[in-house]
Amino acid sequence: MTDTYEPVIGLEIHVQLKTRTKMFCGCELSFGDPRNIHTCSVCLGLPGALPVINARAVHFGLMIGLALGSEIAERSLFHRKNYFYPDLPKGYQISQYDVPLCSGGSLGEVRIHRVHLEEDAAKLDHLGQSGRIHGADRSIVDFNRGGTPLVEIVTEPDFGSPEQVREWLTLLRESLRQLDVSDVDMSQGSLRCDANVSVRPAGSDTLGTKTELKNMNSFRFLESGIRAEIDRQTSLLQNGESVVQETLHFDPVSGRLTSLRSKEEAHDYRYFPEPDLLPLVATREMLDAARAEIGELPAEREARLGREHGLGPELARLFAFRRELGDYFERAVAAGDGAGPVEIANWIPQLVERIGSDADPSESQVSPESLATLASMVKAKEISRDAGREVLTLLVSEGGDPRAIVQREGLGALSDGLGEVVDRALAADPDAAAQVRAGNRRAVGPLVGYVMRETKGRADGGEVTKLIFERLGI
Amino acid sequence: MTDLIELSAAQAAESVRAGEVDARELFETYRARAAANELNAFTWVADAAPEGGAGGPLGGVPVAVKDLFCTEGVPSQAGSRILEGYRPPYTATVVANLARAGAPLLGKTNQDEFAMGSSNENSGFGPVLNPWDRARVPGGSSGGSAAAVAAGLAPWAIGTDTGGSIRQPAALCGIVGMKPTYGACSRFGMIAFASSLDQAGPLTRDVTDCALLLGQMVGKDPCDSTSLEFPEEITLPRGGDLNGIRLGVPEELTGSEGGVDPGVRDRFEEALKLAEDLGASIEPCRLPHAPHALSAYYLIAPAEASANLARFDGVRYGLRVDGSSDLLTMYSRTRATGFGPEVKRRIMLGTYALSSGYYDAYYGTAQKVRTKISEDFKAAFERFDFVVTPTSPWTAFELGAKTDDPLAMYLNDFCTVPMPLAGIPAISIPCGLSENLPVGFQLAGPAFSENRLLSAAYALEQAIGFDGSDARR
Repeated sequence: MTDTYEPVIGLEIHVQLKTRTKMFCGCELSFGDPRNIHTCSVCLGLPGALPVINARAVHFGLMIGLALGSEIAERSLFHRKNYFYPDLPKGYQISQYDVPLCSGGSLGEVRIHRVHLEEDAAKLDHLGQSGRIHGADRSIVDFNRGGTPLVEIVTEPDFGSPEQVREWLTLLRESLRQLDVSDVDMSQGSLRCDANVSVRPAGSDTLGTKTELKNMNSFRFLESGIRAEIDRQTSLLQNGESVVQETLHFDPVSGRLTSLRSKEEAHDYRYFPEPDLLPLVATREMLDAARAEIGELPAEREARLGREHGLGPELARLFAFRRELGDYFERAVAAGDGAGPVEIANWIPQLVERIGSDADPSESQVSPESLATLASMVKAKEISRDAGREVLTLLVSEGGDPRAIVQREGLGALSDGLGEVVDRALAADPDAAAQVRAGNRRAVGPLVGYVMRETKGRADGGEVTKLIFERLGI
Repeated sequence: MTDLIELSAAQAAESVRAGEVDARELFETYRARAAANELNAFTWVADAAPEGGAGGPLGGVPVAVKDLFCTEGVPSQAGSRILEGYRPPYTATVVANLARAGAPLLGKTNQDEFAMGSSNENSGFGPVLNPWDRARVPGGSSGGSAAAVAAGLAPWAIGTDTGGSIRQPAALCGIVGMKPTYGACSRFGMIAFASSLDQAGPLTRDVTDCALLLGQMVGKDPCDSTSLEFPEEITLPRGGDLNGIRLGVPEELTGSEGGVDPGVRDRFEEALKLAEDLGASIEPCRLPHAPHALSAYYLIAPAEASANLARFDGVRYGLRVDGSSDLLTMYSRTRATGFGPEVKRRIMLGTYALSSGYYDAYYGTAQKVRTKISEDFKAAFERFDFVVTPTSPWTAFELGAKTDDPLAMYLNDFCTVPMPLAGIPAISIPCGLSENLPVGFQLAGPAFSENRLLSAAYALEQAIGFDGSDARR
């Protein structure tokens, strides 16, 4: 017999902030530069060196906290997190512990536990075939990365599936990108995610024993890693075994999970308040400055586009996540020109298809005003939908005014005299007419085709169909 | 040359300015004495006077610097074999300030390893000898700086004080030593022992030299977030009385609990009598939590040290002992070889005090005691201008006398530890000899009361008329 289990997932996300300099010193941030050229006495942990908090990193941390609706601590504390490793030059990481910069908040349906500031470790390059520390010929520490400002975002265990994790992370990534506080590039490590995974009997409200999946470097691996771990835990429980609390590494190639360390081997980090730094006081000025730089974030915009403009979820999400599309859309709506927001919105994917899916439409030849005019001409049946598509193609290649293009190309809709063409079609294909009259609506195709051919596509297909049905008494 | 040596640093600076003394000759005189190094007070001595003029308020009078201050290109080993030969790429702010003010680097002075000790016997480079009696310790941890100034091997020196490491060796060597308010001097470039307590300060022949040197040490440093702008200029002390000054004598630090030697007590009480003659009022005061200061100190300081010393891991600089492909073995061998026994003891104490399950009982409780001690001082300073005690419960002891008994050694700091816990300034001045060994008199005041402390100490110094020239022979 098989019991059903449901997963409970929480995330710890590390975000490298794109400040100019490091968290506690003046060295510039870099990626891909020759090793150990962006270092100083502070980020190398030389004797006697002292940290100084990067105000810009605090500003970004506050922006993230405010954007997530977190409570900002008036005085947050930095702590030392002690452990030995070659990528940690001081033998401790300066992080935040019991009084983080931000607590609580939410993004979408997921609650945020805390957001805190810390410094990144250096990067270890293991030379040799394995590429990992075991079996490496030599290991080289690259301190360029050491001391990069990080924000750690910890969620509540609010995820019920790997798909939800992936979808939510996309929202988070886009939100951070729009805040302009990070490159949020998983492949470069500016966004990193650990997942805490447990399963429990479906419907139960207690939490099972959790394991931690470390450092997965793409959304896809994260999703498959979590799925593999849910399967592993579920089959353990179904076989009457129990889950052991441990930290796991997911190998995306083999799909295997290997244990990095068990609970017994867990570090005692001996946190204590960093005596080299004063408590971080978030002043009203700092909060105001952070608030002033937060625009509307994707989740808010998605909701507003639905509420204000009546967009369906798909377009609302597209415009919210791709800010340039959203901005273009709203400029076109403001131009209006008789078309409603939904009509305008429906033309934007067509425009994107023509200019390339990554391009910013505001840099194309098609102004938002032209797009609004185009939409309104189609809506008013001044041109057919097909003709509209043709006009759009011409707008993309040459720009200009859609009305002038319609005139020049003779694409104006035929509404006068359309009845005569329909009558000719019915006369030309009496068989089809008879079938339609007998109830076979699909037989209308050839009749519509005749009209479109005759009008060179200037007639509106829907209009034509309606007219044929009318004539045939349907 | 004895004439030059008998000038105080302030007098020497004045003579250089007046054109009576050549700055290079002054430098060379001290350089030669330092290089002879009979007391093992120096771990490095400059080859020659630096190029350039001898301008600035410090007049080209060279300064001896405790080994733990980083000095660019010059060995900075903090008295430890784990940093043997380590030459930093930058100079500590305080040392740079002094050089800019006209006090070039004379040499680096021996010290207890990472400033952990009260006798200088914990140095990785051998003990320093007390110039008053070479069979005795100079105190610690700034023992090299204290001995060098007392013996006239340096005109003046700087050290660091965490629990008494400036004041106690100053007392045992018969010179002036001051621990400023926490934050008054930048810690940038000071190889850290206990970050929330460490503070740089002067060790000088007299109070005037102390004020002159301190004035060029203080100031907010953008590289040290815990440093503060000193609220006023440090002025040279003048005037000779203590009219209206109220001195509080805490029974907790002067009574039987501290085990104060009778000879020390006699000199202390004579100094109190002189203070009274100068117009001061003397009354007992209470610092109820002061007897717990030592216990709190020996949790907080080692806890911070356990983290501060984690960077000495053999990966980037200093000693590395290989012999295995295994990282953990490299760490263990390097640290086992490089650190001396007292450092290891304190790392273990501190690691234990911060461990999960013990943190609240040890580190947490110690921090509460620290707060109580601050409150005690605050209350005392509502009634008194200064709190006064003997600096050390006893005079310089014989080499090896206390090395087998760490707790007895820790009691050296009984009277000096409460002040750094409260972050307040304190100065030790010599107040006479007991059995031919110097005794120190300590005055402690509220935060940023340095100017008032210096002028009270100056008045008392004039009345005491201590003669330290025997140690320079």
